[in-house]
Amino acid sequence: MTLQRETGWERDKEGLGIWPHRGKVAIVGYGHSPLDRRWEGTDMDKTLGRYAILAVERAMEDAGVSAEQIDGLIVCPQNGDGTGGPAGRWAPRPYFDPPYDSEEGLSIVTNRWLLKNMNLPNIQYCPDNAPAIGEMMGMASEAVATGKCHTTLVIYTMGNLPGRYRQGGATTTSDYAKGNGQWTLPWGNYGGNMWTNAFPHEQYNLRYGGEHDDVGPFVVNQHRNGRLTPWSFYVNNEPYMITLEDYKNSRYILRPLRIWDCDRPVNTVTAYLFSTAERAKDMRQKPIYVLNHNTGGSEAGWSSHPTLDEIESWGDRSARMMWEGSGLSPKDVDLFNPYDGYSTMVQFHLEAFQYHGVKRGDAYPFYADDIRVEGPHPFSSSGGNLGNGRARTAMYTDSIEQLRGTAGKRQNTINAEIAVCGFAPTGSSNWLALTNSPSL
Amino acid sequence: MPKLIPVPDDLSKEFWDSVNQKKLVLRCCSGCQRLQYPPKAKCGDCGSDKFEAQEVSGRGHINCFIVVEDGRLDRRKPDQPFNVALITLDDDPRINFYSNLPGVPAYEVPVGAPVEVIFEEVDPGQLIHEWQLVKEGE
Repeated sequence: MTLQRETGWERDKEGLGIWPHRGKVAIVGYGHSPLDRRWEGTDMDKTLGRYAILAVERAMEDAGVSAEQIDGLIVCPQNGDGTGGPAGRWAPRPYFDPPYDSEEGLSIVTNRWLLKNMNLPNIQYCPDNAPAIGEMMGMASEAVATGKCHTTLVIYTMGNLPGRYRQGGATTTSDYAKGNGQWTLPWGNYGGNMWTNAFPHEQYNLRYGGEHDDVGPFVVNQHRNGRLTPWSFYVNNEPYMITLEDYKNSRYILRPLRIWDCDRPVNTVTAYLFSTAERAKDMRQKPIYVLNHNTGGSEAGWSSHPTLDEIESWGDRSARMMWEGSGLSPKDVDLFNPYDGYSTMVQFHLEAFQYHGVKRGDAYPFYADDIRVEGPHPFSSSGGNLGNGRARTAMYTDSIEQLRGTAGKRQNTINAEIAVCGFAPTGSSNWLALTNSPSL
Repeated sequence: MPKLIPVPDDLSKEFWDSVNQKKLVLRCCSGCQRLQYPPKAKCGDCGSDKFEAQEVSGRGHINCFIVVEDGRLDRRKPDQPFNVALITLDDDPRINFYSNLPGVPAYEVPVGAPVEVIFEEVDPGQLIHEWQLVKEGE
């Protein structure tokens, strides 16, 4: 068994040509745990660890795959909380009886914890420290394609404990600004994607015209798609829609960024199963084939803050890598499910990938047109994080469901055969191209 | 404003030392003559690791701004709402700085206006660079 940080799987350069394993790997199953606002610290059937096991069981059930058939395990051991705080870690509160006698199973889930607490007897490929869901989907595609394993789990956890999300940690309570923070924190910039995209978004408005609230129709449509998703936080907790007026009346966080421009932190786990296209033929579901994966790496920008020019160039580069690796072009893409942790990053993805002909500066008119899932341009049919909660997986699950034809009330009406979906903002985005047609 | 206090390291000590002398001194790449801020080990353009110190004009313009209404930094919460503007340096507009624009009320930021560097004490002996509107006629 391999226990190490996996490298070498990345397709992160232009000039690599068509992915040599195009169409030879398939997503064969997925499973979502319940999605709660927080784990409150009492119900041991709702811990992140228990939810991870549940998500895996559901993915196996979906695919019709037994534990013995799985030989790969890719787990992200972090929930993305870099600044700590009460919502990030259970400590210093007392731990519980095993298997909850440490952070593992509560605020994080590792491959070691899962192997100890699940029956997965044939795992041979088990990389440590998988970075995040975007990278994990690429790692899984490459691992299956190159024979490191033939059927692998991808497990992504997003934890949320009592307390304000990412507040109260070492960075936010300190009087001092160290490391990279010395260039940002004194003026109030505590980092993260709400900040990264804030100034480029303002520059976008100045360059192309329009104003911040022009993203409102997109945000409302995300919520509409989320209300059509059975596992969404909102369906099960706040099943009423928000209107454009609600959006425009919502409070500011970083003005003009509003509360509804931010996803809602949740406690949930998603699991996916990848296998070879050959094995997938004998599994329960229609295989969803991987046409390409690529990663944008981690762009830093030239100066204190990334500019619109930089953000756009990173997005364009990701799109070019996708077209090169998949052999597709923008006109081939039926469904586009980009990441939307904050609404202000989405127009950069949309325009870089030119979904349904959207060119530079066209995002706001596109949002104001018909982007409903039953319409001709079912943009972000998943509802994303904004419409479902911060699972960071809706864009993948929805793409699979749409291509299988099992998206229920969200099912597209354009007979979609190709979906492009991804995670994270343009400077560090990872993308998958998927199809339901082995002949494409 | 109780701003967070920068902690200089090996790479940044030279910069903060100059700020403490009320000078804005950036690194200039010896290979391609491009200015660099914040300091990094290598030039982002040509990859050189050779730099010379260059005092710059301290003049810039307000590129755009946001207002922090519900931020995460405990030390800055009493200041909310406060401006955070992005300033481009006239010497090289690729270089940008953050500023809270002392003296400019929250939300009332004149985008495009000229600014000049000032220095603000955040801890005894530790200054930071800030930016203020250039007064008419200057």
